[in-house]
Amino acid sequence: MIVETGHFALILALALACLNAVVPLWGVAARDSRLMGIAPSVALASFGFVALSYAALTYAHVTSDFSLINVLENSASAKPLIYKITGVWGNHEGSMLLWVLILAVFAAAVALSAHTMPQDLHAAVLAVQSWISAAFLIFILLTSDPFARIPNPPIEGQDLNPLLQDPGLAIHPPLLYLGYVGLSITFAFAAGALICGRIDAVWARLVRPWTLIAWVFLTLGIAMGSYWAYYTLGWGGFWFWDPVENASLMPWLAATALLHSAAVMEKREALKVWTIFLAILAFSLSLVGTFIVRSGVLTSVHSFANDPRRGVFILAILVFFIGGALLLFALRANTLKPGGFFAPISREGALVLNNLVLTTICATVFVGEMYPLALESLTGEKISVGGPFFNATVVPLFLPLVLLMPVGQNLAWKRGDFLGAAQRLYFALLCGLGLMLVLADWHQNGPLTSILVSGLGLYLIVGAFAEIASRSFGRAALVKGGLAQIWRHAAGLPLSTYGTALAHAGIGVSLLGLAATGWGAEKILTMKPGDSAVVGPYQLTLTQIGTETGPNFTAKVGHVLIRQDGRDIAAIDPAVRFYPTRQMSRAEAGIKTINFGQVYVGISNGVKPGTVDARLYWKPLVTLIWIGALIMGFGGLVSLSDRRLRIGVAHRVRRLADAQQAPAE
Amino acid sequence: MTRKKKRVTLIIAAMAVLGSALGLVLYALRDNIVFFYGPSEIVAKDLPPGTRVRIGGLVKKGSVVHDGTDVRFDVTDGKHEVAVTYDGALPDLFREGQGVVAEGVLSAGGGLAASEVLAKHDERYMPKEVVDALKKSGRWQENADMGGSAQ
Repeated sequence: MIVETGHFALILALALACLNAVVPLWGVAARDSRLMGIAPSVALASFGFVALSYAALTYAHVTSDFSLINVLENSASAKPLIYKITGVWGNHEGSMLLWVLILAVFAAAVALSAHTMPQDLHAAVLAVQSWISAAFLIFILLTSDPFARIPNPPIEGQDLNPLLQDPGLAIHPPLLYLGYVGLSITFAFAAGALICGRIDAVWARLVRPWTLIAWVFLTLGIAMGSYWAYYTLGWGGFWFWDPVENASLMPWLAATALLHSAAVMEKREALKVWTIFLAILAFSLSLVGTFIVRSGVLTSVHSFANDPRRGVFILAILVFFIGGALLLFALRANTLKPGGFFAPISREGALVLNNLVLTTICATVFVGEMYPLALESLTGEKISVGGPFFNATVVPLFLPLVLLMPVGQNLAWKRGDFLGAAQRLYFALLCGLGLMLVLADWHQNGPLTSILVSGLGLYLIVGAFAEIASRSFGRAALVKGGLAQIWRHAAGLPLSTYGTALAHAGIGVSLLGLAATGWGAEKILTMKPGDSAVVGPYQLTLTQIGTETGPNFTAKVGHVLIRQDGRDIAAIDPAVRFYPTRQMSRAEAGIKTINFGQVYVGISNGVKPGTVDARLYWKPLVTLIWIGALIMGFGGLVSLSDRRLRIGVAHRVRRLADAQQAPAE
Repeated sequence: MTRKKKRVTLIIAAMAVLGSALGLVLYALRDNIVFFYGPSEIVAKDLPPGTRVRIGGLVKKGSVVHDGTDVRFDVTDGKHEVAVTYDGALPDLFREGQGVVAEGVLSAGGGLAASEVLAKHDERYMPKEVVDALKKSGRWQENADMGGSAQ
């Protein structure tokens, strides 16, 4: 009964989405504020029904209702409760329902911020969001019904894919979806702005927090996915250039570019056409990502069992939204007047260059992603484009960008002074070069790229704060007032300046972690109890092999002692788990973090009884890769809490906008 | 500097970035792509030793031989076989009779020295490349319990 209620709620949500897709737009066209006014309440109601539906599916999973095909195929009664709850999105149907739920959450959040923006834009944004919701609700109801029943339910389910029975499943997909789907709001804002003809600095200011939210979630989601892959796949790789990873990287690059171009549009009213285009592009790429993941056109760890109809359907959604938005864009773009003027060497110029490089990297990744598909459909030849291709193209494009990032931060708006900006970076450059020299002395046989990238990373970290330093110290050092004055200067800087610095520094921190992978050590060998091996600075000894029984698995556990200079440091228990229901096994790596580095041990069943095949790694500073991503996300949050982006201030923005509206078209 | 000059600067910058990207892409595509073949194609094409390829098929039953961490096994599509050698840890899901994809360099004897071995990810899922290779050799049955994800 609860399940049927959930199904029915989903149909009602679709009806409301269809209503909301039409009526507010009619209101915008007719300038009827009553018609526009229904948008927020309908969006909230629609959210309520989707949430109800989602709760119903969760209920079915938690109570192990195996009369549902979805529960039967992805759950088992012995599965731990947390994986019953997270397992709801550990399959195609449930993950699409989560997608729609997050769409509805964002729509509801926009609905509640009505007072911050002009009514016509508000109504148009919600209407566009409803179009997207409606499309995906139809997709779920027609091709991926999570509530489908089976006539004679078996007594036990088939369990969830063991690779997904991991805390990572609780975090990675929701974060990533919040990012992907968050970009739908910027898309809706872009389409809404085109519909209402409100493409101006106020719009840029309104859309910025939403872009930031989506960007923060996307950054954290990608980082979390990377860490999950790192500790669960048993050999310590953290980025594979897997098609699905690329599918998440492309919207991230586009969103990062959007974040920067929206800043130019907000401050200087320039790059209007480009910013709108990026907003459309970012969401289009996240739809492309969904298509790639869900259609099975590319082989990947993320493929669930596929149904070709779904691929065609998502392709249709993709063509409809990208095509529609670009058509609207083409019709409206010529009405835009060129905005503020700026010299090539200026903050704007630097941000344009940033956009140029980021979108080029994005296009490069796109080529690598799609080339095999295109080649296969044209010639039938099968190729794979993997890590070497992306390393050879993305890295050379990205590194110069890193070099220029702190320079851009130090250029003035409108007309900048390159030498002046470079002078502020002397200290950062010195730090970077110093680190390179020290490392070159320490690691004479190590890889050269690691040394260069480390230096670049430190330069970026220090350089990221050069703007803040020069703005607080520069004036205060000359004027009297000392420390108190410096503090006042520093505190007076807008929070978004700190956000920028932190986000840039986060990239530097990640670069340090990436560089250090070059100094790692690894050994792959067969071990029996008592065997030991030296990996990097540590001696690892397999003391015993035991067994363990979990709720729905049995495990072979190796007990490994970590010693350094004759002293015991720690012990770890890598394991290989066997899940009888699915006849699958999965490695559970043993990891010990030591000074930001990690000792990483993965085992698999040995060929001879009483032995294990062990993969032993020492990965210095490896955690910095993800800590850097966390710092980037934190920088985004700091920026988000900037006073200018807060809701209270937006009242003024709205009054300003209303005042401006009369003379505008 | 006029608006026109500014536009020219922008276009030059865009050309420079796009041009270098294009150069990198073409260069990388020449060196870093790997062709995928089934065992029958490997036998038919007679590629020179040293060619980097990806092959896919089923691990022939009874062919897996371990020697320390070295592993030897045959990849078959039912018609032809290719002998694969690999030094390293096999994926957890590597089994005899199951789908596998191996990437590596062809050796003089027509075998493959693999640097990477990928197995399917769960029992319902088989790499699409393997399914296609099996279809080409006529050994693919839609409902066989090879666990086709292609139904």
